Amino acid sequence: MSMLSKFIEKGIETGTRMVPLEYQVKGSHVVQSVKQRLSLHRPIPVFVEKPIPDVATLSIDEIDVSNPFLYRQDKWESYFKRLRDECPVHYQKQSPFGPFWSVTRFEDILFVDKNHDLFSAEPIISLGPQPEGLEIETFIAMDPPKHDVQRAAVQGVVAPKNLKQMEDLIRARTADVLDHLPVNQPIDWVSHVSIELTARMLATLFDFPYEQRRKLAHWSDVAAGSPETFGGTSDTHEAFTTAAEAARLMSQLWREKAAKKATGEELGFDLISLLLSNDDTKDMINRPMEFMGNMVLLIIGGNDTTRNSMSGGVLALNQFPEEFTKLKNNPALIPSMVSEIIRWQTPLAYMRRVAKQDVELNGQTIRKGDKVVMWYASGNRDERNIDNPDQFIIDRKNVRNHLSFGFGIHRCMGNRLAEMQLRILWEEILQRFDNIEVIGEPKRNQSNFVRGYTEMMVSITPKA
Amino acid sequence: MGNIRFIEHDGTEHTAEIEEGKSLMQAALDNAVPGIDADCGGSCACGTCHVIVDRRWLDKTGAISSIEEQMLDLTPEKEETSRLACQITLSEAMDGMVVRLPEFQM
Ligand code: HEM
Ligand code: FES
Repeated sequence: MSMLSKFIEKGIETGTRMVPLEYQVKGSHVVQSVKQRLSLHRPIPVFVEKPIPDVATLSIDEIDVSNPFLYRQDKWESYFKRLRDECPVHYQKQSPFGPFWSVTRFEDILFVDKNHDLFSAEPIISLGPQPEGLEIETFIAMDPPKHDVQRAAVQGVVAPKNLKQMEDLIRARTADVLDHLPVNQPIDWVSHVSIELTARMLATLFDFPYEQRRKLAHWSDVAAGSPETFGGTSDTHEAFTTAAEAARLMSQLWREKAAKKATGEELGFDLISLLLSNDDTKDMINRPMEFMGNMVLLIIGGNDTTRNSMSGGVLALNQFPEEFTKLKNNPALIPSMVSEIIRWQTPLAYMRRVAKQDVELNGQTIRKGDKVVMWYASGNRDERNIDNPDQFIIDRKNVRNHLSFGFGIHRCMGNRLAEMQLRILWEEILQRFDNIEVIGEPKRNQSNFVRGYTEMMVSITPKA
Repeated sequence: MGNIRFIEHDGTEHTAEIEEGKSLMQAALDNAVPGIDADCGGSCACGTCHVIVDRRWLDKTGAISSIEEQMLDLTPEKEETSRLACQITLSEAMDGMVVRLPEFQM
């Protein structure tokens, strides 16, 4: 059991349910710090960037696609192509994240994702473990029946019916960001637009204090940047401080909404209000691990995925300028382009499973207990299923048949929200701008999981 | 040659000719029936080919697998006679069958 849940369970056992979540997280931190001084903790890997060799110079066994610089150094396409062609179900014996299988072809990924009775999402869907003491329980990493119950409780917030009510607000907030962008000069699209808009969207989804919205983006970045989990750059101390702050602000938000409800005030369409108005979930705050798990999952799930699709779309249209012309001549292609952006970018490289029994897959025997990584980023470039997969084609046939949202019971819950946000963004961009030129190489994340950009300098030409 | 009738959420009707052995999802796509996304291309893995079968025809549509059941459980639009169109194989016995489309695919 995780340190965090031990603290929480203890609090509940002794009837001190009122120990605020924040202190529970801080308590966990103290235990961690003591353990670190005594060197009881698991070592945290440090990743130092080195030039990645040409894949042709390696033997198949040497290929390690968990390298967190593979995407940044733009080597991922050639590495995965070699695996797809020569060894589509590939075993890496000794990565920094331990041994794991890579599943790299579209059809095999679909098979693994669909067969949740053969492949478990527990204990977690990352290549490496969550930071010690911060093991959050979220339904993305639960098997049925637990998964189904938890997902059902929250999915209403991003269900199309609810989204319809949010659309006007999201559009107004998008228009506001675009109207205030400096034009005809270098600006960072990532910070000005992609981060800002996703932070606004999350603030809308949670009805989170609007002025503090960038905190949501920051929390998510810290969590998604854990070195032992994803090969990122966050430090443990910061992770604990961040988790404590998130727990405090989120429980505070819950209590405010609960007080509103008690006075008979009408509740909104935000996540906490929905949880409060449902009999199964109205007391979720008394199940802190579940409460925080759900909050964190939606914050992380909705954050850099959408953010990096917002940046990725701009980059794609710069690399394939004829598609930009096509788009301007026919804005009705926006919904189709949105799907193509999400395929082309594949904001999350993979989800990980654990085999629940021995499974034969494409000539290999995966043993019970082995880690199995479904590389969506590779499947989305699989020539066997997608024509000219490296090309960005906004009016592609069967454009929605991509792997970026996963498949099966864990299929992305926020897919409609993500698509709506991107659609609104591009509708509003076309109203205002003639061009968004990427000037200089964008900076990419260090991660084997998040495929995105930390900076992308652009210059915007407004419509004449 | 029999027909299937699709009724959109707003009442708009579409008909598709029955081709034995084809899936209901494919029939909808081939006849440009809107509102079927079929994101997984018929693998019972996305839930975006959701239809609500007229009660009188339900027993003609065949058994429902547990995977299909689980995928249907993911949509808040699910009704008692909900099915995934990619899991229904057309036969002449379905001549005249009516299926409704949900307001949203999830
Ligand atoms: C382009 C944007 C997005 C991408 C590429 C994406 C990708 C994914 C992927 C790959 C999965 C796992 C699928 C699987 O295991 O088969 C997932 C699950 C999930 N996503 Fe997203 N996501 C995006 C946006 C969002 C948004 C905006 C939210 C919510 C605000 C969200 C919330 C979730 C949740 C809650 C799950 C867990 C579902 C479950 O386990 O049942 N995602 N997403
Ligand atoms: S097309 Fe995906 S479930 Fe039917």
